Amino acid sequence: MTDTTDTRSHMPLGLAQRGYTGVIQHLAAKEAGSALSDVELESRLIELGFVEGARVEILHEGLVGRDPIAVRVDSTTIAVRRREAMAIIVA
Amino acid sequence: MEAPLLHLALVGTPNSGKTSLFNALTGSRQKVANYPGVTVERKEGFFVTPLGRQVSVVDLPGTYSLRGRSPDEEITRDFVLGKASGETLPDLVLCVADSTNLRLTIRLLLELKRTGRPMILVLNMFDIASRRGITVDVKRLAKELGVPVVTSIAVRKGGTADLLKLTDEISAALAAEPVENSWRALGVSELRATQREADRIIADCVSLPARPDTWTARIDAIVLHPVGGLIVLALILFVMFQAVFAWAQPAMELLKSGFDSLGELVQATLPDGLLQSFLQNGVISGVGSVIVFLPQIILIFLFILLLEDFGYMARAAFLMDRIMGGAGLHGRAFIPLLSSFACAIPGIMATRVIDNKRDRLTTILIAPLMTCSARIPVYTLIISAFIPARDVWGFINLQGLVMFGLYAAGIISALLVSFVIKFFMLRDFVPAPFMLELPDYKMPRLKSIVIGIYTRAKMFLQRAGTTIFSMMVLIWFLASFPQPPAGATGPAIEFSLAAMIGKALEPLLAPVGFNWQIAVALIPGMAAREVAVAALGTVYAIEGGSEAVEQIGQVLATKWSLATALSMLAWYIFAPQCASTLAVIRRETGSWAWMGATFAYMLVLAYAASLVTYNVAVALGAG
Ligand SMILES: Nc1nc2c(ncn2[C@@H]2O[C@H](COP(=O)(O)OP(=O)(O)OP(=O)(O)O)[C@@H](O)[C@H]2O)c(=O)[nH]1
Ligand SMILES: [Mg+2]
Repeated sequence: MTDTTDTRSHMPLGLAQRGYTGVIQHLAAKEAGSALSDVELESRLIELGFVEGARVEILHEGLVGRDPIAVRVDSTTIAVRRREAMAIIVA
Repeated sequence: MEAPLLHLALVGTPNSGKTSLFNALTGSRQKVANYPGVTVERKEGFFVTPLGRQVSVVDLPGTYSLRGRSPDEEITRDFVLGKASGETLPDLVLCVADSTNLRLTIRLLLELKRTGRPMILVLNMFDIASRRGITVDVKRLAKELGVPVVTSIAVRKGGTADLLKLTDEISAALAAEPVENSWRALGVSELRATQREADRIIADCVSLPARPDTWTARIDAIVLHPVGGLIVLALILFVMFQAVFAWAQPAMELLKSGFDSLGELVQATLPDGLLQSFLQNGVISGVGSVIVFLPQIILIFLFILLLEDFGYMARAAFLMDRIMGGAGLHGRAFIPLLSSFACAIPGIMATRVIDNKRDRLTTILIAPLMTCSARIPVYTLIISAFIPARDVWGFINLQGLVMFGLYAAGIISALLVSFVIKFFMLRDFVPAPFMLELPDYKMPRLKSIVIGIYTRAKMFLQRAGTTIFSMMVLIWFLASFPQPPAGATGPAIEFSLAAMIGKALEPLLAPVGFNWQIAVALIPGMAAREVAVAALGTVYAIEGGSEAVEQIGQVLATKWSLATALSMLAWYIFAPQCASTLAVIRRETGSWAWMGATFAYMLVLAYAASLVTYNVAVALGAG
């Protein structure tokens, strides 16, 4: 799977624009600089369905700093801040 | 021998319909709304199954895991794990899932299985799933998960029949011996593995149509538009406060004239004397002057209930997140704050969903600044007496505009206070994260709106009949005794206890333009804000004597200067005039100190705001 789909480079979801669609590659809680500990942030993201292989799409973004973002994860829509979304590496 | 009481618990992800199910099973009227985190307490109810088994069922706050990250999730965790003191473990756990969105619940269910409690998976909202073309292989799902699975439609009559039948079957076969609890907090890799397992099971048993809810997508394109969304939000709030003022008028006039004729009837039929005075001044002018505001209160609740049921609250939180963040608040805090427009008490309770302790505390401290419905009578009374009812720019009612201004003043001061708190508490540099599920929109259900309004209206009338009535008896007594000595001139009330108390306090309040009648009204107004209106009604009615059957509003217009009226409005934006709110702050923060701090800061702000307002108004010639 890695070789065929890896034509796009990996990037954090926190940098993606509205309309972006992709698949989660892995979680990198260390990169996010969130107020939560790495383990806590990673657990929460997984609990909201952000796991490897899930399809994501950025549906909406806020006004100030285009933050937060509303992300479609499979069948749910989740609002997160870009800071936390930096931990979600997509391609 | 009668079978022992069967203990059920409703567990599931937020907004999956647990409380709807609870209401359907027990016939209760617990609060249901379309956003995650509505239920923040455990509630027990009872029912009897078709086969006659007595059942106790407990509704719990929604949670994504048993880790207990915030106070509401801890309640669920402690109940399921039997940590709560004096609680029996549930005999059967009903794991409630939103059928349109199974991933997170199935993962939770895999975690719950480790507690060893017998369990059923309830696929709720099955009506929506069917409408969207989602099909579930229930038998296979049950086999894969190793727990019985049943579908339900909590909001439809008979929608829980299958669940009841299954409960009977299972309860008959429940093993009595305790089962091993092998639950412990899941590590990251286990979490990931359970989510993978859940996704695999779903892929095998559920077929999803590719398209999401198109209505939700269409509405969100406008409502969550970066600029358009904020305009819509401002428009909703503006219409709400205009409506509270303009639309409720006809019904209020009707109630007013009803109480007027009642007062005249009492005056005409009863002989002059204490009984006549008590009924006319104490009950009708006092309590009646508060009940008149029922239409406005119903209207504000109607607006909030519609927004909640439609699914707008989570969107408002999304739109406000960064703006609130600037003031050191959490986007999540917007939902409790918006609920505080109805009443600060549920608003303060709703802060339990905020996991960060300081964010939660800040939200609790500022919630009482949001204009609750109990301020409506005070604001309306003064606005209608002093602000002309003309239109500005052709379509906006000036009185409604002032009302909107008062609401805005409450919101802005709440943000400012939060900013100051953030500054002094040296809060974490990095803001706590905001993560919130945005549920699909749902058509508000007429029945739940009607029930919601009925419960609130009943509460309001009950308060009028108890708290407000007893305060009025007290005020009437204080304002009527001692009676003036024979041959005294001037209004009788000048000789009463109320006048003595009011005049003793007057020097303190004179700088903000309050007379002794206001001073008297503010004291019972500590019990509840509306009482001040009733107290003014009684005091001025007694002062006016039996021949003056005038509306309290007209009396104020002649007795107060505009500066005093504005000062009173400023006072009510801030003043901590509600004993129950203070009690809830004490309970939710677990500290007398925070309650005292809230009381003190609000009182200081109220005095300062009134002082400035009064003196500026006098300087501008409104004295
Ligand atoms: N169409 C449909 N709507 C439902 C059903 N069950 C619940 N709802 C709606 O779903 C929303 C959420 O219901 P609640 O009962 O408040 O959910 P909850 O699980 O108690 O939510 P929390 O207390 O926040 O965890 C409400 O708008 C309900 O009217 C159902 O079976 N069918
Ligand atoms: Mg609930």
